[in-house]
Amino acid sequence: MLIRSPSDILPSEITPRAVYLNRREIMAGAAGLALGAGLPGAASAAPLQAAKSAFSTDEKVTSREDVTTYNNYYEYGVDKSSPAKTAHTLKTVPWTVKVDGLVGKPAEYALDDLIKGSALEERIYRMRCVEGWSMVIPWVGFPLADLIKKVEPQGSAKYVAFETAYRPKEMPGLQSAFPVLDWPYVEGLRLDEAMNPLAILAVGLYGETLPNQNGAPIRLVVPWKYGFKGIKSISRISFVEKEPPTSWNRQAADEYGFYANVNPQVDHPRWTQATERRIGEGGLFVKRRPTLMFNGYGDQVAQLYAGMDLKKFY
Amino acid sequence: MRPQASQPASTFKLPQIPKIAVYIVGFIPAVWLFYEGLNDRLGADPMKYLEQSLGLWALRFLIAALAVSPVRQLLNVNLLRYRRAIGLLSFYYAALHLLTYVVLDQGLDFEAILADILKRPYITIGMATFVILVPLAMTSNNASIRRLGGKAWARLHKLVYVAAIGAALHFLLVVKSWPPEPLVYTAIVLVLLAYRLGRALIKNNEPRRRAA
Repeated sequence: MLIRSPSDILPSEITPRAVYLNRREIMAGAAGLALGAGLPGAASAAPLQAAKSAFSTDEKVTSREDVTTYNNYYEYGVDKSSPAKTAHTLKTVPWTVKVDGLVGKPAEYALDDLIKGSALEERIYRMRCVEGWSMVIPWVGFPLADLIKKVEPQGSAKYVAFETAYRPKEMPGLQSAFPVLDWPYVEGLRLDEAMNPLAILAVGLYGETLPNQNGAPIRLVVPWKYGFKGIKSISRISFVEKEPPTSWNRQAADEYGFYANVNPQVDHPRWTQATERRIGEGGLFVKRRPTLMFNGYGDQVAQLYAGMDLKKFY
Repeated sequence: MRPQASQPASTFKLPQIPKIAVYIVGFIPAVWLFYEGLNDRLGADPMKYLEQSLGLWALRFLIAALAVSPVRQLLNVNLLRYRRAIGLLSFYYAALHLLTYVVLDQGLDFEAILADILKRPYITIGMATFVILVPLAMTSNNASIRRLGGKAWARLHKLVYVAAIGAALHFLLVVKSWPPEPLVYTAIVLVLLAYRLGRALIKNNEPRRRAA
């Protein structure tokens, strides 16, 4: 494999003008975040330009209020309402992501440089939480595959490992005397899963930069998997040969697998996965709806798991 | 009710609050939860919030009922006359919690409910805990004490210890990981039960110590 050093090509030679403009949008967003730091939630959001995507669902989108106030992000506490109240303490500007492992261009990348070269898209995806509820969320992001190609993984790289920033001073949940998880939060994908066009790195939500409680400034979205696979506030991406450890699998291996594909036929040992409650639907009188195989994304991803026993590789 | 003569002389005298007041205050959380729920003010997942809150209040009242004796013995504050109301409130909240699960959560899908009871340990335990609470609630009246006789009644009501362990386990098993809240409630239940066990052991040992 030809490994080029970054200095061979000037960014100006390969980055189209539209993307430069796009980049300015992001920087405007970043500036907005910097100005808004210390203020909770929407105050710090900046608009993002994003193209529509054929991968988007036309289902009714969950309200912004629900998407931004009902969050499992244990770095900010175990209550779903905690992240919206406390996540503003995370400083997302400046932000760098360390890319390392079996990769041609390892570096500590500025967030901006990782996004550069990718056009932002709005992806309206279903999100199914392993706890049995679901939402429909209008993400703004770019294909994870774009980033992977950019950093040139070596032939021996079989998995991508992700790590969330570990900042106890900015993340109150990390200060707890009884850690709920083994920090930092880690997740992983098989390289072919990561290259699937459905897998995106989201930098926005509802047409604006991500609120901190939703994983700002950059997070993974893999809509055919349970929500906990969507690692937030990514600070490191490593390319590895062996299946990397994942936080919930380490916590309870019999309950949370590496794959964690949405599968109505494989129950969580303690509760059913056959049905789900769609947030914002019906209030107290919410009706359960059947959960779909691969969260309804089987056409795009089922072939990734051909021949695999999904009861074993849950 | 125990005779007043058995009370330590220094027992702190509380103003006599009518028992009905305990029920009225005790039902405020339930009324408030239903009202907020109907007005869509219980967050993104209101049904789950209602279900979990009602269960939590059942456990809180159960703990409060178990705390009445230690509070009397250790702090000389006698709340015995309110214990029945507190215990019954725990039962009523457990019943509302179960009703929410059956009607709102499962939508009266009895097949799914039966599957849950058989397959999910936390639901098996929760249901068993409720079943234990039923005879306790049904005999929480003076007529039952007379009919059963004080000793048999007291023995039957020792089942509340089993119910407390069941309720704590039910809470611990439903959460992911080990968040602090269910651990704290479980610790309180264990302390209240350990207190009784310790007291019983000391009582049993006392005569022997004297003999030696």
